[in-house]
Amino acid sequence: MSEQTHGRRRDEGEDVPPPDAPAEKSQTASDDFDELLDEIDSVLESNAEEFVRSFVQKGGQ
Amino acid sequence: MPEPEQVTPTVLGLETEYGILLADQAGASPVQDGLDALHPMHLSNAVIRTYGELVRQHSTGWDYQTESPLNDQRGFEVPRGKALADQLTDVENGLANLVLTNGARLYVDHAHPEYATPEVTGARDAVLWDRAGDLVMLQGARAASRLLGRQVRLYKNNTDGKGASYGTHENYLLSRSTPFHRVVVQLTPFLVSRGVLVGAGRVGRGQSSEQPGFQITQRADFFEAEVGLETTVNRPIVNTRDEPHADAARHRRLHVITGDANQSEYATWLKVGTASLVLRLVESGGWRDVPALVDPVRAMHVLSHDPSLRATVALEDGRELTALDLQHVVLSAVREHLARHGAGAEDEEVVAAWQQVLDDLAVDPARCADRLDWVAKQQLVERYRERDGLGWDAPKLALLDLQYADIDPERSLYHALRRAGRVRTLLDDAEVERARTEPPTDTRAYFRGRCMSRFADQVVAASWDSVIFQLDRHRSWVRLPMADPLRGTRASVGELLDRAGDAGELLDLLGS
Repeated sequence: MSEQTHGRRRDEGEDVPPPDAPAEKSQTASDDFDELLDEIDSVLESNAEEFVRSFVQKGGQ
Repeated sequence: MPEPEQVTPTVLGLETEYGILLADQAGASPVQDGLDALHPMHLSNAVIRTYGELVRQHSTGWDYQTESPLNDQRGFEVPRGKALADQLTDVENGLANLVLTNGARLYVDHAHPEYATPEVTGARDAVLWDRAGDLVMLQGARAASRLLGRQVRLYKNNTDGKGASYGTHENYLLSRSTPFHRVVVQLTPFLVSRGVLVGAGRVGRGQSSEQPGFQITQRADFFEAEVGLETTVNRPIVNTRDEPHADAARHRRLHVITGDANQSEYATWLKVGTASLVLRLVESGGWRDVPALVDPVRAMHVLSHDPSLRATVALEDGRELTALDLQHVVLSAVREHLARHGAGAEDEEVVAAWQQVLDDLAVDPARCADRLDWVAKQQLVERYRERDGLGWDAPKLALLDLQYADIDPERSLYHALRRAGRVRTLLDDAEVERARTEPPTDTRAYFRGRCMSRFADQVVAASWDSVIFQLDRHRSWVRLPMADPLRGTRASVGELLDRAGDAGELLDLLGS
């Protein structure tokens, strides 16, 4: 099985941070995650309460 | 390592019922307004039919001759008069049914569109044709939305958080000679604890999300029995439906109904790969010292409700084990089995991945956010809680849970994580698109799928173990049984299928 990770191309060629620099890495990861939340905000259903209320399914197996 | 034994490959498949919703506000026309009153069964039907039109395929008959939903693995049959109406799955209901050119079945089950993969022989192939099903559903939903002028949305999840659950089932072909009691005893501790690998994560606890909070699986709270025939009520951890879709003298089909619908390819791969290995162990005679849980149903709920993974469950011998402990016990037994009997390349990969996930979960579950749905979803939900100061009962958190599973990559939160490079993937888009129309080459699904791509006009009905042809208007039907899932492969019939000009010639070439 081959594994691929998409979407990391912009990181290619950059130095991989050494594994013993967790503080810096987690700071970057945290900024990335905040950016991602902003992106997700833009696609989330606009009225959460109304949407969740309307999501009613019939039972299945 | 000893030479691998000549083992029959595992034959398996996945089936998924998708959640369905008419999402946007009612439209301008009375017809569009009226769609709100449409039963989800008919909305599902619209998705399937529209997909059929998209790929220029007519609804295919389904051959129910060998279906037996009321046969129980324990050796008896439920009288039809005593069965629940929704257990009678072998009756024509007038709803769309498509046998696809990739060998899959696309149809309406209860009030959901359902996709059942073609039969495959390995975990990675299961992931591939499962993802192909997501693509089928995406195209069907988009086409139905254009047709109806309203947005039809599909969700690959298992509950609405209001008491309804719908399934993602795994099917594994077993030898008839394996005693069913052994399957029940030895599979139960594995199924009860595997949520830590294959859970999709859920905001809310209890069937109707009565208690706020996060839990590991979508499905655990809907299981109420240890063993049984039902799938829609009183759901059992081990389902006893005995409908092998193969020679019943040689095979049984284990219908595993406890699983969650995964977005993560890696999690689906682990789900199918680990279960196949455990079943092979059980089939070879099984293992000793199988942990016997005092209360498997309660254990399943308790373990699912504890994302910290510290909860323990009681064994009959007095020990208290965590989900990770139980998984380690099963993994050790699988390792010993493979050391004695030999392992294939994918077996080795699954065992290594299984071990790594258990190790990572033990250090910090967050390490598995790139592989496991429940961890990825929990991380997302926790970040929102932190950023927006939300309590567990905030509708926004329930929305994140639902929208994680929206199958449209434009809205799916799983796909947002994927685009950001945060999840490990196993497949590229081109091979998934190919698997949407092409069958696996190493099972009878090859024959079924190729018949649909070459001779659909002459196929009046099909099923997992048959194809029925009508060669022309003047001749009666010819039913070709396909009891052996490993016959009808490209190696055995590929050349004949390519050579035949129509189904009549094919049958001549096959010597029927």
